[in-house]
Amino acid sequence: MTMNKPIRTIAIFCLLLFVGLMVNATYLQYHAAGDLNDDQRNRRVIDAAYSRERGAVLVGRDSVAVSKPSEDRFEFQRTYPQPFKYAPLTGFFAYQYGASGIERSQNDVLSGEDSRLFVTKLVDLVSNDESEGGNVQLTIDPAAQDAAYAGLTALGQGTRGSVVALQPSSGKVLAMVSLPTYDPNKLSSHDFTGVRDTWERLSGDPGQPLLNRAIQTTLPPGSTFKVLTAAAAIEAGLYTADDQVPGGATYQLPLTSGETGLIDNEGRACGTDRIPFTLAMENSCNTTFAALAGEVGAEQMLETAEAFGFNSDYLQDLRPQARSVYPDELDAAQLGQTGIGQFEVRATPLQMAMVVAGLANGGVVMRPYVVDEVQSADYEVLDKTEPTELSQAVRPQTADEVTELMVSTVENGTASPAAIQGVEVAGKTGTAQSGDPDRPPYAWFVSFAPDEDVAVAVVIENAEISRSEIAGGTLGGPIAKAVMEAVIRQ
Amino acid sequence: MAAGQQGAIMGFVHRRRRGAELFLLVLALAVGIGAYAAVGIGVEGEVPVDLLGYGGWLAGLVVAAHVVIRFVAPYADPVLLPVVAALNGLGLAVIHRLDLADGTTFARQQLTWMTLGVVLFVGTLVVLRDHRVLTRFTYTSGLAAIVLLLLPLVPGLGKTINGARIWIGVGPFSFQPGEVAKVLLVITFAGYLVLHRDALALAGRRLLVVDLPRGRDLGPILAMWLVSLGVLVFQRDLGSSLLFFGLFLVMLYVATERPGWLVVGSAMFLGGALVAWRLFGHVRTRVDIWLDPFAYYGEGTSDQSYQLVESLFGMAWGGLLGRGFGEGNPERIPYAESDFIIGAIGEELGLTGVMAVLLLYGLIVERALRAALISRDGFGKLVATGLASVFALQVFVVVGGVMRLIPLTGLTTPFLSYGGSSLVANWVIIALVLRISDLARRPAPSVGDSAGEDASAAETTQVVRLP
Repeated sequence: MTMNKPIRTIAIFCLLLFVGLMVNATYLQYHAAGDLNDDQRNRRVIDAAYSRERGAVLVGRDSVAVSKPSEDRFEFQRTYPQPFKYAPLTGFFAYQYGASGIERSQNDVLSGEDSRLFVTKLVDLVSNDESEGGNVQLTIDPAAQDAAYAGLTALGQGTRGSVVALQPSSGKVLAMVSLPTYDPNKLSSHDFTGVRDTWERLSGDPGQPLLNRAIQTTLPPGSTFKVLTAAAAIEAGLYTADDQVPGGATYQLPLTSGETGLIDNEGRACGTDRIPFTLAMENSCNTTFAALAGEVGAEQMLETAEAFGFNSDYLQDLRPQARSVYPDELDAAQLGQTGIGQFEVRATPLQMAMVVAGLANGGVVMRPYVVDEVQSADYEVLDKTEPTELSQAVRPQTADEVTELMVSTVENGTASPAAIQGVEVAGKTGTAQSGDPDRPPYAWFVSFAPDEDVAVAVVIENAEISRSEIAGGTLGGPIAKAVMEAVIRQ
Repeated sequence: MAAGQQGAIMGFVHRRRRGAELFLLVLALAVGIGAYAAVGIGVEGEVPVDLLGYGGWLAGLVVAAHVVIRFVAPYADPVLLPVVAALNGLGLAVIHRLDLADGTTFARQQLTWMTLGVVLFVGTLVVLRDHRVLTRFTYTSGLAAIVLLLLPLVPGLGKTINGARIWIGVGPFSFQPGEVAKVLLVITFAGYLVLHRDALALAGRRLLVVDLPRGRDLGPILAMWLVSLGVLVFQRDLGSSLLFFGLFLVMLYVATERPGWLVVGSAMFLGGALVAWRLFGHVRTRVDIWLDPFAYYGEGTSDQSYQLVESLFGMAWGGLLGRGFGEGNPERIPYAESDFIIGAIGEELGLTGVMAVLLLYGLIVERALRAALISRDGFGKLVATGLASVFALQVFVVVGGVMRLIPLTGLTTPFLSYGGSSLVANWVIIALVLRISDLARRPAPSVGDSAGEDASAAETTQVVRLP
């Protein structure tokens, strides 16, 4: 019949149109779906993640981050039972601003997407349940964390500082506190207006409360770095702990002349010409360690520093971390300054804790970690972190001799506030100029108990008292002592 | 001669299949009412309290349509009404779901429009007992179409919504006259072409690939087409412009049976598209968004592709099976109840739901083209083909735009989208197709019995009984 031929052609044309639509729909909803779902701007995926029941972050037997059923448009509300104390570790889980801390770096486990949870996922798939997130058990010792937090907050309002405690034999982080801190509940709330106000206040705060100072700030380590200089000198075979080392009231850095290149000891007694190594450590003699760095040499100093973790990233389960720096290509004057933790040497509190933990562990530096176990939603252990060795930084003999010097520093020297009755303690104070003469110096304290399994680093960034070398000891010493006691008492 | 023998000579005789239609209607109602219940359970956690009233109303409408068909178009295609009922019911449920998220009452208004649509559907079937009557209104309907298209430009009457001046406002109601003009133009084109097809196909000179008809044969229809197209371009209604262009081309090709028209038409389309791209900023914007929608989405950008990208995200999020009613966020897509309803369906019902909808649309087109194939008169063939292709083109343009197959141009998704004019016009389209298929499938009157003529006459001549 007439016109039927073109009608059939039109039918084929229409068929092609529909096939085109169907192919396109399949492409969009199947092949391209993954990429679209991964888009950072896709709020649907963010909403779903935000509504999901996440696993808990556990410390000891307590949850420090947990999802509770919620009545509003999101099914669950993330809550933090001990917000201020654990905020630097847990981080926050905010709708508009993403996540930080463990919430971010362990998101796969907490949200239930990690492959280690696959067995559970398969069961969920069969039983048609929503996939539940796994739990993360931290290495934190609640008693040590309490002691660190109490000690640091006791310094008063406006304190900026942090405490890190490590288990030297394993690298477990036993305590990690950072001040000023914040309430992650206020950022994870479903009241978005309130969250925005809180966010703007926190991110505009000059004290940077959202920063985990223990791992995300690097500061000049000052005199605490002398421990590393001593270790390098002994490791190089230049001295033993019982030897006499260069002393004197002043030390003129090589290549310099006059005041700017002249190092003194701020009034502490460092003898003349030669003094015992123990005395040099006890009194934190700048003149001695500047000279020692020169004797060790730039190459050897760099090698030792890097063996303890400088110039590298080692923290794998809590991100991001700031990288500690020991500078390269030093001239002789700069080299002398690095020997006392000045010039461009910068370390995170965790890094200095690793230095003393390495000495406590016979020279072996363990990789620090905060996630002890990954558990299913039913608290079944799916994965337990195995301690791993980062490096053999110095020989056991060297470690013992530096320990001897540091024990003497607690017993007879500047680090005496960390002494514990009946327990041998090794320690070192430090005070570093912030570079800005109007700002207070940074007070450092590092210590460990050679017969126990704990090492601590304390930093107070705004030590308001004096600029003297004693500041590190008087402020940081008691906190380090309290943390060590909390671990030892168990 | 006996009627049985004549039937054998004529070959196949269509059955009425009204029982099949009723059975399919039950399935369609299960889709529509089931979807409504699923929306209530998914979004509010309970079966909607008005499920009985709503379901009853919906069932009443389609059963009424079915009963009328039994009486006035007993041989009409049995698949079309159930497919349309399923699409309309699904659309209502999805609009209702978006209402619950947005706090609007579009579904209620849509049900009112659907009621009006069914009334006009029934009215068309009852009044129009033979579609060939429409050939008398070839020029009238053409004029009416142009007047309708011009109405939105009348000051005080026309309304500009989202940059396109294609609406008229009467009291609280907005109406898109273009949707009705679409049907009228099909009738105009068909009426004109069926009369002049021989002249158009045979008289004239050959020019390149096509036999160019004489000016006096092509002139009137060309003028009418150009006027309507010009109005649409002036109103910035890209979607309808594309639709009317395609419609005219298809009907010209079918009437003349000259494939050259398709070549000429395609070349004209490409040229027109290029000129439009060069001349109009809004066309360029659409193309840019189509090429890289993600560059115009989010903070720090113009956010012009917000609607499209949200829809793409939604469809991807829906995946193969969809999130389920109430589990997605289709309310994130602006105008999800209108042009972007396929995005909402893709998100909550998944690829499965989108495929089902596309298959239903495909069925409507296939059934309309089938009616065209078996229709015994040229006018019926042309009208059915025109309506089928306008329908297919509209689905392609809007769904393809939403899924980023082609640049986005605003058009409603037939029977699914919220919008009274579109819904009413589409119900009338289905009524016209049903009328054409009813006449086509109706057994040829046995001339021998009534007039006593011999069999040879019945073999060579087809007589269609007029009511």
